[in-house]
Amino acid sequence: MSVVFKPHETFRDDFTYRNSPEAIRRFPLPFPEDDYMYSVNIEPHTRGAPGSVVEFAFDVDEHYVAECRERALVLEAEPLRYQALPHMMSAQWDCLELIMESLARDYPQHFSLERQGNRWRWVNEPLALDQAFIFGDPGSLPREPLDFITRQAQGDFVVMDQREGDLWTEAGMVTTPADWSLDFDIGMTFKEWHGPVPLAHELGVFDRALKYLLNLRLGQPVRRLNWTMTIHPRLDTAPEKYPMWGPDRTKVNLQNAGDLVHLRVELQGLWRLPRSNAVLFGIRCYLISLRELATIPKWARRVHRALKGLHPALVDYKGLSRYRDTVVAWLAPFDDGAPTTPGPGPD
Amino acid sequence: MSEEQTLAVEVSAVEQITPLIKHFTLSPVGGGNLPAFSGGSHIVVVMRGDARDGEARRGDGRRGSTRVHRNPYSLLSSPHRLDAYEIGVRRMEESRGGSHFMHDQVEVGTRLEIAHPVNLFALDKIARKHVLIAGGIGITPFLAQLEDLHPGRVPYELHYTVRSPEHAAFLPRLREREGERVRMYYDSEGHAIDYDGLLSNQPLGTHVYVCGPAGLITHVAEKARRWGWPDSHVHWEQFSAPPVGDPFDVFLARSNLHVHVPPDQSLMESIEAAGVEVPYLCRGGVCGFCQTQVLAVEGEIVHNDHFLSDSERAKYIMPCVSRARCKSLVLDL
Repeated sequence: MSVVFKPHETFRDDFTYRNSPEAIRRFPLPFPEDDYMYSVNIEPHTRGAPGSVVEFAFDVDEHYVAECRERALVLEAEPLRYQALPHMMSAQWDCLELIMESLARDYPQHFSLERQGNRWRWVNEPLALDQAFIFGDPGSLPREPLDFITRQAQGDFVVMDQREGDLWTEAGMVTTPADWSLDFDIGMTFKEWHGPVPLAHELGVFDRALKYLLNLRLGQPVRRLNWTMTIHPRLDTAPEKYPMWGPDRTKVNLQNAGDLVHLRVELQGLWRLPRSNAVLFGIRCYLISLRELATIPKWARRVHRALKGLHPALVDYKGLSRYRDTVVAWLAPFDDGAPTTPGPGPD
Repeated sequence: MSEEQTLAVEVSAVEQITPLIKHFTLSPVGGGNLPAFSGGSHIVVVMRGDARDGEARRGDGRRGSTRVHRNPYSLLSSPHRLDAYEIGVRRMEESRGGSHFMHDQVEVGTRLEIAHPVNLFALDKIARKHVLIAGGIGITPFLAQLEDLHPGRVPYELHYTVRSPEHAAFLPRLREREGERVRMYYDSEGHAIDYDGLLSNQPLGTHVYVCGPAGLITHVAEKARRWGWPDSHVHWEQFSAPPVGDPFDVFLARSNLHVHVPPDQSLMESIEAAGVEVPYLCRGGVCGFCQTQVLAVEGEIVHNDHFLSDSERAKYIMPCVSRARCKSLVLDL
């Protein structure tokens, strides 16, 4: 089935981003039950239900073209949002191959890949690109391989080298971050990178996650969901741009919360890369306004309860302190106290 | 690993290359390419068949009368060539069947299942220099790694020690690629690697890699420590074959199942034969994936792995290679 793109929506200035009713129903709600707490909620990234965001390895949705344009705008102003250390070149090619093969296989109506030995030809219809190149020869592409392919994919990407029993953040394309910076974190170990996360270190979450990821297997990717909230459908909430978006949090009131406040969900995928033995970490960001969310009665109840009971340290870490209570109040009229059905899906 | 995640391959060439080592080429059934991999990776080969009289062990398993062997072997073929994988198998004197199966029953045309490659012995990508030390069959992972090394970029040395010239597996292939860069040491001619000379005189940022018999690895690791090498710069890989031992019985608490472990079958194989899956990557006591909690033991656990620390050994067992001499053993499985 072809995806119908909405090429003109924006994630800045006039914020014209909206979800269609179909996009709302496939939104990956990160709350499987009414209470929320951290866990190493990792599961195999296997093929999910048709139409769901996990049907394919890399989800392409109605926002694809607009998101790729937003990425280009961010990179134009801040080129260091893409970085790769010199020893990551084989991992870059691994990423390019994985993403091209997946998109061409899963969306043949939009993407195609021809391979004749090392001579490859990549066609991206939605972005009107047609590129012949030699796999393994960086000079045959207009940009570095990871830069080239992640400009054509939704979500952020980080590539971690594996050595000394650790994972090192050493390449990435990060233009849609939830308040973290590749430029600051590049070269860090797994636990250094996750240093600011509260509670989880004490719970041993990162010890277990690291041990698990060091043994991540080829051909057996895994995924998890993470979430926060963002004012406006703003993809780029980088710390470098805090003055642009931080003050928005003071504008939320009971009248505008439904349109201003967005639940921001990250579908995080992890792949072992074959030639480099590195690990690709994909962070695909989905945004939904409270008003869109409340069109699903179960979700209005569920999110109301999850936010109301959220641990104070998480409220603070996720940057919700100023407006959490307003969001809970906005959602309260939708919660009649009825029990919710198990699992995250809409009824 | 569960069974459906294996790849089907067919043996396309077999060559006896030394008195003890056979060289196998494995091609994907139906043609095409196998998954890409990095130098230092191993595969687990699943061998089904009656290596010896499987019928005698039938009491242990629900999976039928044939015994299943799963042995790890390093990939020695070039990571740039994916139409086939190559492995080298040394015939083990005290084999429980796996290497004998490969030597005696596998021929051109035999179909085997293999697991996706896993790399527990990768070259460090920011090393300033690599020193590779191989003993005997331990040459295999280096054959693949050499394909990613180029003398003009990061310098490297290869030291290869074997019993005698007739045991120098893959030497023609090495000579063709590396010329005199390969430093050979033959026990039969009294050649020995000068470990002190080698390890005392390397530039900062050098990494040393050892693959071979346990004695060689221990020796290099000790010498390296004595010369002040950081542990992070000393790499080794040795897959232990699960040793034979006394028979014993184990109770799997979560599965509520009693399992008998015969002398020549590993704890993991016995548990699998009883229909319980144990997660694993290497089956050689290296990766730590099958680490299992010991809930109770009356007797002693015989640890044969290279993974658990001394303090962890009080609470855990690696069922791929370790056994017990005990009246009873209860595992959290």
